[in-house]
Amino acid sequence: MRVMAQMAMVMNLDKCIGCHTCSVTCKQAWTNRTGVEYVWFNNVETRPGQGYPRRYEDQETWRGGWTLNRRGRLTLKGGGRFRKLLTIFSNPKLPAIQDYYEPWTYDYETLTNAPLQEHTPVARPKSLLSGKDMAVTWSANWDDNLGGSPDHGDKDVLLKGIADKVKFEFEQTFMFYLPRICEHCLNPSCAASCPSGAIYKRAEDGIVLVDQDRCRGWRMCVSGCPYKKVYFNHRTGKAEKCTFCFPRIEVGIPTVCSETCVGRLRYIGLMLYDADKVLDAASTKDDHDLYEAQRQVFLDPNDPAVIAAAEQAGIPRDWIEAAQRSPVYALINTFKVALPLHPEYRTMPMVWYIPPLSPVVDVVRDTGYDAEDRGNLFAAIEALRIPVDYLAQLFTAGDPAPVDAVLRRLAAMRSYMRDLNMGRDADETIPAAVGMSGEQIYDMYRLLALAKYDERYVIPPAHAEQAHSLEELATECSLDYEGGPGMGGSGPFGEMSGTPTPIAVENFHMLRDRQTTDTIVDPGDKARRVNLLNWDGKGRPEGLFPPRREDGEDKP
Amino acid sequence: MNVLLFVVVPYVALTVFVAGHVWRYRYDKFGWTTRSSQLYERRLLRIGSPLFHFGILLVALGHVGGLLVPESWTDAAGVSEDAYHVVAVGLGTLAGFCTLAGAAILVYRRRTVGPVFSATTRNDKIMYVLLIGTILLGLGTTVLGNLTDHPHDYRLTVSPWFRSIFTLDPRTDLILQAPIGFRLHALSAWLLFAFWPFSRLVHVFSAPLGYLTRPYIVYRSRDEQMGSRATRRGWERVQ
Ligand code: SF4
Ligand code: SF4
Repeated sequence: MRVMAQMAMVMNLDKCIGCHTCSVTCKQAWTNRTGVEYVWFNNVETRPGQGYPRRYEDQETWRGGWTLNRRGRLTLKGGGRFRKLLTIFSNPKLPAIQDYYEPWTYDYETLTNAPLQEHTPVARPKSLLSGKDMAVTWSANWDDNLGGSPDHGDKDVLLKGIADKVKFEFEQTFMFYLPRICEHCLNPSCAASCPSGAIYKRAEDGIVLVDQDRCRGWRMCVSGCPYKKVYFNHRTGKAEKCTFCFPRIEVGIPTVCSETCVGRLRYIGLMLYDADKVLDAASTKDDHDLYEAQRQVFLDPNDPAVIAAAEQAGIPRDWIEAAQRSPVYALINTFKVALPLHPEYRTMPMVWYIPPLSPVVDVVRDTGYDAEDRGNLFAAIEALRIPVDYLAQLFTAGDPAPVDAVLRRLAAMRSYMRDLNMGRDADETIPAAVGMSGEQIYDMYRLLALAKYDERYVIPPAHAEQAHSLEELATECSLDYEGGPGMGGSGPFGEMSGTPTPIAVENFHMLRDRQTTDTIVDPGDKARRVNLLNWDGKGRPEGLFPPRREDGEDKP
Repeated sequence: MNVLLFVVVPYVALTVFVAGHVWRYRYDKFGWTTRSSQLYERRLLRIGSPLFHFGILLVALGHVGGLLVPESWTDAAGVSEDAYHVVAVGLGTLAGFCTLAGAAILVYRRRTVGPVFSATTRNDKIMYVLLIGTILLGLGTTVLGNLTDHPHDYRLTVSPWFRSIFTLDPRTDLILQAPIGFRLHALSAWLLFAFWPFSRLVHVFSAPLGYLTRPYIVYRSRDEQMGSRATRRGWERVQ
């Protein structure tokens, strides 16, 4: 047994209102730079829908993740090491920018400096890549709320088998939101695909990171990740990915997406797992067994043998305690309501989801029946095969049984708690019907509905003796690097060459530069402005306001 | 003048080449990348890039053979000069044309595909001129030399001169016997080498051969590097 700790997340999809707050705050924090305009480390997709990048789940096209070869051994679906090196000059499976979307801004300046004319001037969309006029035809959430799905809804990869049954008609449709970040997999195929060995999994907390100093821009990780959660920064020529906000996690605060989530639906906690079992579990023959196999890799943090082994492996005491209080562990293993996203990719993802009961509830309610009655709900789970099959495609490689079980547990919680809230006697047959006790149901309800900040996020900080170097604390002067202040922007070898600048300083310079230039796309060797959507209200982008009066007075 | 061109230039270029790489590696690990533009456009790249890269790898191999292996060795191995020449010119021309065709496609792509064009830095442009200039001179010399009079045996002039540079006994007299094409090709190559460490060409030295042997998943401890950048020299943590 080789015990390792993994920072993991669970999202409760029933509570996601699709507001994209998580995406926007994440973008402001991490990908507001040039070169990653099109990148969303956190994105929220409407399902059914194509997702972002378009149809990323079609592994027959993109060949991400792992697969079993003829001898039953785990191999990269995109081909082995030799094949990778032979195709290094032109990666055949790299999504093009059109598969994400071409980033754009608007030519706001014409709004203020157009001459007097009969028609109102318009701000035209301009491509951020070429600076030319462009027609906006797609974006990271173009099919939000099923927008346009009568036309292209059938392009959802998961509908392959059930497309004829799903009608994109108003009365019959179902939908839910799926927020996605990097899965920080136990068996990351992005790392396995990287020719330079620049992507690594942190031994302490399992966060998967790209070493920006060692990445050489071979782009194999982008193809290798089946979730398409590594992105290529086209200005710096390096791969970038979600960092699980490690500077925040290290000091014990949750990721930006979790912190700002309006629905408070994200849970962060530690999982202890046995690193020796990962490969075996990922090589499980039947896709349907992968969910269970991955659960078997996790270790019970209350088991004395595990505690002893963890201590031996150098996991600090407070980390073990945090693992015992981990909400993620409770949702995955105690209550068994969380499921992994696409276990069939065999990367052992570590961001899990509680599937939404709402498509089912909605239908029951629309038909006029009591949507909190156990009988009605159970019957509906039986009857509504399409949403259930769809969820199974997402979370259990198509096996409806685990999804059924989870939905039943959620339905049971709903009806059981309603009795309590209405002051009626608890009906103990309800929990019994799903193999739980009334107390367990109540605990689950507490965790899902009431849990406060410190119950949703149980994050042991990295150790204090190391704290002075952590990015977020910045007890070292953040300007103490070679070159000193003012280094932000461009080195002589293209954007941001030279020693990387601390993130805070980088953002400061970037925002300032961006607000004081007036071209849409600068030549490659200069930093360039991005767009007004990123303008945070500070500073005065040129052309937005009339010039200040000479005497310094700022009257209109 | 000749001393300047064929002694000073090579040494300066070599020094800059080596020192430049050391310096760049230490100062600018972050900027050390291929800066691929595949994201913007892949159809043309699909053809052009492998054509160019595999071509230039062959060309490089050919140069290693031609410049570093003395004629006496191949003679001793029983390979006649004529046979050697036929093979070398045949393969060399083929590889050269592949390289050139690839480069042509890539340059065309740089110029015509909007996003790729606006991502082209001045540095890239200089690099392109030097690189393609060198290839053209080399290919031109080979082809023209073989079309017109009987071909020049560069392995008796250029190659020994090249080797003599490394034995610190530069033989300018040898290179001066070579036709003008060879001399120009050599000169532009030195310029290219001098510019190399400051261009994106540095990615040549990151050819990821280690990938063939390393384990798939890399684990690294947080302790090795804390914060977002490497610790400055002299400021490492005291254990
Ligand atoms: S989800 Fe994240 S860790 Fe997993 S393969 Fe993709 S980028 Fe790597
Ligand atoms: S902030 Fe929360 S509720 Fe809003 S889209 Fe993101 S995950 Fe869903």
